[in-house]
Amino acid sequence: MKYIISDVMTITKRQLLQLARIPEVLVFSTIQPVMFVLLFRFVFGGSISTGQPGGYVQLLMPGIFVQTVAFTLAATAVGLAEDMKKGLIDRFRSLPISRGAVVIGRTFGDALLNILVLTVMASAGYAVGWRPTSGGFSIFLAFLFLFMFGYALSWIGIYVGLAVKEARTVQSVGFLVTFPLTFLSNAFAPTTGMPRALQYFAEWNPVSSMVAACRQLFGLKNEFGATASSWPSQHPLETSLIYMVLLMVIFIPLSIRKYKNTSL
Amino acid sequence: MKSVIADHLVKTYRNGEVKALDDLSLDVEEGTVLGVLGPNGAGKTTTVRILATLLKPDSGIATVAGIDVIKHPDKVRELIGLSGQYAAVDETLTGWDNLVMFGRLYHLGKSASVKRAEELLERFSLTDSARRPIKTYSGGMRRRLDLAASLIVQPKVLFLDEPTTGLDPRGRQEMWEVIQELVKGGVTLLLTTQYLEEADQLADEIAVIDHGKVIARGTSDALKKQVGGERLEITVENVDIAKTQEIVARISTSAIHTDIRTISAPVTTGSIALMEALRALDEAKIHPLDIALKRPSLDDVFLSLTGHVAEETVAEPIKKKRGGKK
Ligand SMILES: Nc1ncnc2c1ncn2[C@@H]1O[C@H](COP(=O)(O)OP(=O)(O)O)[C@@H](O)[C@H]1O
Ligand SMILES: [Mg+2]
Repeated sequence: MKYIISDVMTITKRQLLQLARIPEVLVFSTIQPVMFVLLFRFVFGGSISTGQPGGYVQLLMPGIFVQTVAFTLAATAVGLAEDMKKGLIDRFRSLPISRGAVVIGRTFGDALLNILVLTVMASAGYAVGWRPTSGGFSIFLAFLFLFMFGYALSWIGIYVGLAVKEARTVQSVGFLVTFPLTFLSNAFAPTTGMPRALQYFAEWNPVSSMVAACRQLFGLKNEFGATASSWPSQHPLETSLIYMVLLMVIFIPLSIRKYKNTSL
Repeated sequence: MKSVIADHLVKTYRNGEVKALDDLSLDVEEGTVLGVLGPNGAGKTTTVRILATLLKPDSGIATVAGIDVIKHPDKVRELIGLSGQYAAVDETLTGWDNLVMFGRLYHLGKSASVKRAEELLERFSLTDSARRPIKTYSGGMRRRLDLAASLIVQPKVLFLDEPTTGLDPRGRQEMWEVIQELVKGGVTLLLTTQYLEEADQLADEIAVIDHGKVIARGTSDALKKQVGGERLEITVENVDIAKTQEIVARISTSAIHTDIRTISAPVTTGSIALMEALRALDEAKIHPLDIALKRPSLDDVFLSLTGHVAEETVAEPIKKKRGGKK
């Protein structure tokens, strides 16, 4: 038990080494969000009118930030499933290391990767005209929220990876969860255009809360649809925080137990 | 003292439909090598995984160095080394990266990990490839690295699950040498294999398993005696058959078998018999089309033990019916 910190660090370091050994992974995991920024900015940017000063890109960036960190779920799950398939997890399990170390180490590695991805995206956004108007602290807080959201989701990823096991299936499951969540939200378009039932869903969708929280922290005002008076719409920061804490409280013990149980 | 004991292990999958281990018992004396010999699906990996604390049996007891693997898996993990059926190393990392990482996970210090990694790379002839990603390694190199990883801290008991399956003859030979070297160092080893020859080369004692049960147990010699030992096989032109039969009869004391142009008979003196036969054939001016010393295979063992050849065990009842996909 006294070695848990060193064990976790070794596992995290391994992931960083992997990135150093195959830089393509790093390149592509940053190109994708940058591509999203450019596509949305220039394809939809002209056709979606907003009441916000600075245009669509101001509304868009928080959406893309949240969508990108949401994909951490799939990334973590796939990485873990691949390790299982190659027998690495079996080997780790046969070592006298602390039980949570392997999965905690992986969530740390994915979190570090997120810092890099968010930095690259923010730069790309800035290049195409994204200008947060709030103060430095608020902006920092927004990124902290994004970071934490990604971290919370990677714990779901651990669970999914351990439960599904097959890397390709895991990938599909990851997309199956994240795509509807990101699109049935206020991330890319106002929810007012959706059927009423979906508006309610979008309202309570953690992705919407996160996007709204970021918009607020970046100095934009939030617009909501039919249920604009609901609690999550009124309190996006609190709602996001509750969701994150809830996810971690549920999935950290669940995932660690799952890891232990499949091992013995 | 017994270093490993498996006592009436039962393991089923899919709610009891698939019986991977069916009351399997075995043990390994300290400092010796037990070869667990069986065809695909016999339950070898399941046995190893239970003993290495990776899997819980449905019932039965297992101990390693006197410690219960189910009750105290953490203690057992400190004493064992495991090299699984598939080389379980990080393919994207280099050999050096991998061994240093495992050293750290065994809680060696930074410099101790590096030192140990370099020692092991040297010992397994991997120093030249140490800085290359494992992806670029041959099957044999991967296996050696995997083995090295299980030896970071001198284990009390080592488990090797099919260490040479999938290797070419040269890779297999190299692996055998490495394992023999280890055995000389006095490690207690449980090794699984599908090849009688491998068990013969490496193990002090062999346990033959089939359908999750031990069906025979003993030294390699005892098993081979049961099977009938080596056979001399000579294939000649039709005109030489009679003369060749005479020659073989002089070398072998047992019944001669002739199958078209191939004359075969059990021999007890191995390569000496082979040389005798060659010399006699040469004197008689017979040029054999083929001549070989055939060692008994797993198939022969199974044939003599069970009356059927070793077949891939397919435990799922649905697939048992004919016509199932292979
Ligand atoms: N996770 C599993 N689910 C279902 N059946 C399994 C599982 N693992 C092993 N089996 C079955 O148990 C039997 C023994 O498998 P295994 O121990 O891997 O054999 P071996 O290593 O000797 O080839 C086989 O019939 C195999 O199909
Ligand atoms: Mg196996």
